[in-house]
Amino acid sequence: MLETALFIGFAMVSIAIFLSFLRLIKGPDVPDRILALDTLYINSIALLVLLGLYFQSALYFEAALLIAVMGFVGTIGLSKYLLRGDIME
Amino acid sequence: MFEWILSALIIIGAFFTLVGSIGLYKLPDFFMRLHGPTKATTLGVGALLIASALYFSFKTDDISLHEILITVFLFITAPVSAHLMAKAAIHIKLKQVKRTQNEIK
Amino acid sequence: MKTLFNKILPHPVLTLVLWGVWLLLNNTIGAGHIVLGLILAIFIPWLTSGFWPEKIRIQSPFTLLKFLGVVLWDILVANMSVAKLILSPNKNLKPGFFYIDLDIQTPLGISLLANTISLTPGTVSCDLTEDRKQLLVHALHIEDIPATIKEIKERYEAPLKKVFTAC
Repeated sequence: MLETALFIGFAMVSIAIFLSFLRLIKGPDVPDRILALDTLYINSIALLVLLGLYFQSALYFEAALLIAVMGFVGTIGLSKYLLRGDIME
Repeated sequence: MFEWILSALIIIGAFFTLVGSIGLYKLPDFFMRLHGPTKATTLGVGALLIASALYFSFKTDDISLHEILITVFLFITAPVSAHLMAKAAIHIKLKQVKRTQNEIK
Repeated sequence: MKTLFNKILPHPVLTLVLWGVWLLLNNTIGAGHIVLGLILAIFIPWLTSGFWPEKIRIQSPFTLLKFLGVVLWDILVANMSVAKLILSPNKNLKPGFFYIDLDIQTPLGISLLANTISLTPGTVSCDLTEDRKQLLVHALHIEDIPATIKEIKERYEAPLKKVFTAC
């Protein structure tokens, strides 16, 4: 029961990652690509949580937390670059 | 019973994550695309993390609550990054769909 | 007594949050981590108090709890409606920008209001004017702009204003 649900979940999240990836390639502008990257981070967190459930290991949690923090910093850095042409001043 | 709740949470979470990405892919302009990921994915990942917390709390003897940390973190950061991306898009004068009301020039 | 308390704990709310986060990160409630977390939670706000010039005062905790409940419920409803909007044909959507005139003055209140707007029904906060008087909001599908503004002001801004007034 749980295994079936997990497999359906894997399939759905994988399709989600594929769609974000298509948007990342297609663009058409820089903000669209930043948004696609941000969505990819969140989708990969979802995939890691599912993997943690599947392998019954709490180790994946640490990776998910790191991706959450780094993804946020990356998105903010890229947006700031667009806003000012410079990240730090 | 417990497995049913877990399975339902997993399917709901994966579904909302998928809806967010579908929105990202098919909506016509940047400002509309912004809505998909910021909303759907927070609830999607939130539901998955609740499922994970429930699973590890009941399978092992210890209560596992650190999944809440990621949920709270995502709920705080998702609007902030959406705000900054929208601000950047307005700054570089991104085109909006024709039917947008009160278009920003 | 009051001044001594302020000197040791410059930001009581921050201390509580840090303690909670430490215990959640380690995922235990062992005695060692409770003590270590408490030491860090007292020491870090004291060390970094120069970076936090603004004091956070929560006026009525009950209103804040009620507000959190309302927002969580709205997030659930918002997700359903946004999912429906995304999956239905997108030609019928009427996106739009509008400005909200702000009544709250405190930076924390404004940022919380902007976050709430971004998390709830079909709206994303996009920009704040230089004088912090107006918030630019983009909506995915909007038919009646004044009614939406009125709802946001009544539902989210009024309780936030009550909780975070300048002191």
